[in-house]
Amino acid sequence: MRLNTCLAALIALMPATAFSDEIWVSNEKSDTVSVINVDTLEVVKEYEVGERPRGILFSNDFKYLYICASDSDSVQVLDVEAGKIIHDLPSGEDPEQFALHPNGKLLYIANEDDAVTTVVDTETHHVIAQINVGVEPEGMAVSPDGKTTITTSETTNMAHWIDTETNSIYANTLVDARPRHAEFTDDGSKLWVSSEIGGTVAVFNTSDQSQIAKIEFEITGVHPDKIQPVGVELNADNSLAYVALGPSNHVAVVDTATYEVLDYVLVGRRVWHMAFSPDGTKLFTTNGVSGDVSVVDLATNKAIKSIKVGRFPWGAVARPTN
Amino acid sequence: MTRLLKSFVFALAVGLLAATTGVADDKRNIDVLYLRIATPERPVLSNLDPIPEDLGLAGANLAIADNNTTGGFMGYQFVMETVDLGEGDLEAAQSALQGSAAPYVLLDMSADEMTSLVDGNEARLFFNIRSYDDKLRGEDCRATLLHTLPSYAMRTDALMQFVLKKRWNNLALVTGAASEDAMFADALRKSSRKFGLSIAVEEPWVLDGDLRRQAGAEVHLLTQKLGDYDVLFVADEHNDFARYLAYNTWEPRPILGGDGLRATGWNRVNEQWGAAQLQSRFRDLSGRDMQDVDYAAWVALRAVDEAQLRTNFAEIDGIRSFLLDGIELAGFKGRPLSFRNWNGQMRQPIGLTHASALVAMAPLEGFLHARNELDSLGADEPESQCTAFGE
Repeated sequence: MRLNTCLAALIALMPATAFSDEIWVSNEKSDTVSVINVDTLEVVKEYEVGERPRGILFSNDFKYLYICASDSDSVQVLDVEAGKIIHDLPSGEDPEQFALHPNGKLLYIANEDDAVTTVVDTETHHVIAQINVGVEPEGMAVSPDGKTTITTSETTNMAHWIDTETNSIYANTLVDARPRHAEFTDDGSKLWVSSEIGGTVAVFNTSDQSQIAKIEFEITGVHPDKIQPVGVELNADNSLAYVALGPSNHVAVVDTATYEVLDYVLVGRRVWHMAFSPDGTKLFTTNGVSGDVSVVDLATNKAIKSIKVGRFPWGAVARPTN
Repeated sequence: MTRLLKSFVFALAVGLLAATTGVADDKRNIDVLYLRIATPERPVLSNLDPIPEDLGLAGANLAIADNNTTGGFMGYQFVMETVDLGEGDLEAAQSALQGSAAPYVLLDMSADEMTSLVDGNEARLFFNIRSYDDKLRGEDCRATLLHTLPSYAMRTDALMQFVLKKRWNNLALVTGAASEDAMFADALRKSSRKFGLSIAVEEPWVLDGDLRRQAGAEVHLLTQKLGDYDVLFVADEHNDFARYLAYNTWEPRPILGGDGLRATGWNRVNEQWGAAQLQSRFRDLSGRDMQDVDYAAWVALRAVDEAQLRTNFAEIDGIRSFLLDGIELAGFKGRPLSFRNWNGQMRQPIGLTHASALVAMAPLEGFLHARNELDSLGADEPESQCTAFGE
């Protein structure tokens, strides 16, 4: 018993970079970020951050964590080594989600209250552009070649295709009600967009913005209205997509070749977003209502543990340490 | 140039086909008329909650702004004309309607005035944003009049689901003197029967003294007459006296209806399901909190916008059909909103709220329905007295 406590204390004291991969989780209603050790499946650290943290992501070298502190109207930069916030980036009002350009320099931020997408230079800390988009922008993605940024707007029900050279919209694609998340395939040929109220995920051909597929979901014993897709993550070889289905408390596993749903995995309540362990064997899901993170074993598609984090966990992102 | 063309390429969700529209030199206008006939304001005891002068209209204005953001990308715009008339001025409303070509009309007036205006103007689509009257969704329904404000029955069904779930089975009711109070009380009685409950004891509200000074004494006496009960319903649609009942009843019992736990289509305390964004957009625009009539106006125009986009700008008949049979509208209440194709009522969750928080969102878990759980609230198809949607 005492040994366990000592061990836990020891782990907590060790620099996080030393051994294990980590999952970082933003807690929307406790204004904190929790760090989960992927090997022990325990919370090893919690950082106090700005108000209502939602979207989080790492710099390409994993030295910095960017945090959308929505109610602080800023994007905060946390130095992972130092374990503290080193500065705020100007972000526009109410930043909810963002995406980092492959060049590691430009952040594209959805300003939910303002109907704009803000482009910020992470080196000079300057706003480079603001692009008018639809009402309540949220989902953000940058294509792997860095040429296109996507913003989805929740009330306008569109994916806006933004040319990163001119910072202007070159196409608008209508999707089902309340789009929440956008995700490019690694080869950049396809774009996945989830629609929370529509209950669907649309897949687009990025070369001409045409819709290739629309995926619908059906879970025995769960009312269709409660199946509300939010987060979408593609596995390492892009053969499978995982779709977080909100208050249905399930994650769907989708075959990306046939767009068929292969499985539904029961997780915690109101599942928002997900992150893979860096070795690709586990999926960590943030469950807003139950206030925990489910760990899904991807070999069996079963949740093997739930980890208590802060209030309303929202975003999740992996940090490999090896 | 290709960029410009591309910008108007969008995939039509219906049937997965892509449609291309040209660059909008001449923007497509979608005309809306907001028609208001003032309703007599009933004097109430408290001055705390004046009825906003732009009630309803502020919601419509927000919807126009929201829709025109989308319109900016798709080459159309909503244009709204507002006509604001004095009490009972039906004649002026008729001529305003004749003078307007707007196909979509929001009606902010009494139920009788609505039916008078809709009759003989069947080529338009009207939205009731002001009246809870069950008759408008029943025997007085009109095929071209849709209702985005919930009915009395939807609100009282939500309350009854709640007390049934709580097993608060012994119900008492105090009813005010306004005609709206009688309609709400009637809906409460019907709802109690629908869910296998009954209102055991009732009292009319007859006191006309200044309750701000003597509620403690008067309410004690009145509620003593009710004997023992689990919960007290109050039918007081103008919130005249209901606010003075809490903590002044003889028995320590919860109050529901006019004050205490209220059932509405929208309330300032809604913040889940993204509602915080809608609330703050509304406050920025109008400088006050959004109320249910504002929401009804907002959601009516959002529904028209959604129908325009999903039907690739169909004519009014196509819009009506889509609203009645295809729409899944996001409305910040956690479930897709749609319309009942047998009486034109918008299906929607009903919030059960107290002054500072949402308590529950009806339909409550466990109240099932063969078609859609939202149809456990309000008149269902088999019992509907509405025949205008029949064919």
